[in-house]
Amino acid sequence: MEVLNEFLATKGIYTLIMILFFLGVYGMVLSKNYMKKLMAMNVMQVAVIFLYLCFSQKEGAMIPILVPGNVDPASYINPLPQALMLTAIVVSMGTTGVAIALLLRIKESFGSIEEGEVLRRASK
Amino acid sequence: MMLFEQSPLFIVLLPITAALLCPLLSKLKKKLGSYVVMAALFGAMLSAFTTLSRTLNDGGSKVHYWMGNWPAPIGIEFVVDPLNSLVLCMITVLAFLISIYSIPFLKDEEWLVYGGYYSLYALLTVGLCGMVATGDLFNMYVFLEVMSIAGYGLIALGGKKSMLAAFRYLLIGTIGASFYLLGTAFIYSLTGSLNMADIAVRITPFYSTPLFAMACACFLVAFGIKMALFPLHGWQPDSYTFAHPGAIGFIAGCMSKVPAYAMIRVFFYVFGVNNPVVEHLLNVLGVLGIAGILIGSVMALAQYDFRRMLAYSSVAQLGYIAIGLAMGNMYGFIGAVLHLINHAFMKACLFLVVGGLTYRYGEINLYRLGGLNNKMPISTIAIILAVLSMVGIPPTAGFFSKWYLLLGAYEGAQYIYIVVLVVSSLLNALYFFRIIEQMFVEKEATLTEIHKPETKFGLPVTMIIPIATTGLSILILGIYSTDIVSRIIKLGLPEVFVR
Repeated sequence: MEVLNEFLATKGIYTLIMILFFLGVYGMVLSKNYMKKLMAMNVMQVAVIFLYLCFSQKEGAMIPILVPGNVDPASYINPLPQALMLTAIVVSMGTTGVAIALLLRIKESFGSIEEGEVLRRASK
Repeated sequence: MMLFEQSPLFIVLLPITAALLCPLLSKLKKKLGSYVVMAALFGAMLSAFTTLSRTLNDGGSKVHYWMGNWPAPIGIEFVVDPLNSLVLCMITVLAFLISIYSIPFLKDEEWLVYGGYYSLYALLTVGLCGMVATGDLFNMYVFLEVMSIAGYGLIALGGKKSMLAAFRYLLIGTIGASFYLLGTAFIYSLTGSLNMADIAVRITPFYSTPLFAMACACFLVAFGIKMALFPLHGWQPDSYTFAHPGAIGFIAGCMSKVPAYAMIRVFFYVFGVNNPVVEHLLNVLGVLGIAGILIGSVMALAQYDFRRMLAYSSVAQLGYIAIGLAMGNMYGFIGAVLHLINHAFMKACLFLVVGGLTYRYGEINLYRLGGLNNKMPISTIAIILAVLSMVGIPPTAGFFSKWYLLLGAYEGAQYIYIVVLVVSSLLNALYFFRIIEQMFVEKEATLTEIHKPETKFGLPVTMIIPIATTGLSILILGIYSTDIVSRIIKLGLPEVFVR
């Protein structure tokens, strides 16, 4: 029980993130519907964003907004990973937008977004 | 004088400005946007050559450019040394030539496609140049995504099937980008820095930690997917086959080489090769390279679509770069870098000719090329130069990079690489001489012309000039290869190789 508590307290969140990440990859590889593949892709990207946000956490620290008089770095969370993830979220939104535009055109020209169906019609 | 100091920035700034203006200008007047993009790419080319001469005049020292004048570890910087300014010159030259080349493909399109194409094209250049020039790990991720998204768009412009290829590439490419981001997260949590030069100093105590090994593995997968290293090359054949015929020369020439260069930058300059993790990783790279060379060559033999054959041959050629790096000595490294540049020009030349065939006949069956030498003489000369270079016959460029790879394998006593290089050269000869045989020996194929020839060379002038220039540059790169190696590449070697 001690070991389990220790594990959950230190590495638990990272294990969950790893499961989430590979759940996304698994979904992208195995689902047969392109829209589901796209959703799995977003799950994977969210896992990476969680990872950044989790390792920038500190015990007893607050959000990185300067309080007058308090210049101790230990009392603030590192703001850099959050700034980076803001960029990553924008990028992932852009990727999703392009992917949905492509999906619309695929649906238009092949009449389906089921993988097997589309491949069958494309090879004709 | 001020402008001269800003030259590393202009390589990226000019194309991105043009890219954002292009759709608007095209709306006003259809061709205006494309002229602005071409002018910007020409300006970027001049800036790249200025930067190259700047580093060479300083005896190969690095040029640092601080964005907004924030000093290096805090702010984002561009670092240009002889090696990456050479790669920048390669990208911008190809970008400028192929932007001219794609005019005839678009002349019947409406303004939205016209402007959109050139906008995406300029953004692709921005992404590629930024990835090469940046000195910051996260900034590289942003440029990687700029490159990828522009690339998905250009691939999807090719027609019905190309959208499928682009969508699948998007899914696979995003996995690669996510792995890159994971690797960056591990490195950041170890060192607390994102600046490459800063990481190189701070990472040394962590060489034996598992997290460092994990980060290296993530970077290998990320760059492996983007550069189409052997088991991760699944996206490449479809994308190259169905991409827009005007842009494919640039996509095939640069889009898989630049991640290979980024890998060189991360493993050789940031992590350093003198630690056990990267040494193991280079062994893995070597095995994947060998497998890629052999399987890529055999698969190329089996294709009858010209573009698909070239795509599989790209997989094999990236294997050369991989084994050059895996040798881990100076000659191998020089061979890999030289091959990276040579192969960009060879592949671009081949794909430009293929694009020309598509433009005139709308069909690219490998077995229907008979009598091409009468129909398109200049393209035939260019294709022969490129084929000789692919096989590795002096004095074309391909011979010299293979020569350095052989020297590296000999010096490192890794004889398996010599066997693989010789076998793959023979396989290359098999599948490339088939083209020459088809052109000269077979009787003239009857092909229906979509576009009538506008000049006596069979293609519009705007297509002939880039084809002839890339063909000629293969010879030039071959003849001056010793100068390129001794005056440029040797100045930019990683520190371990400089003794």
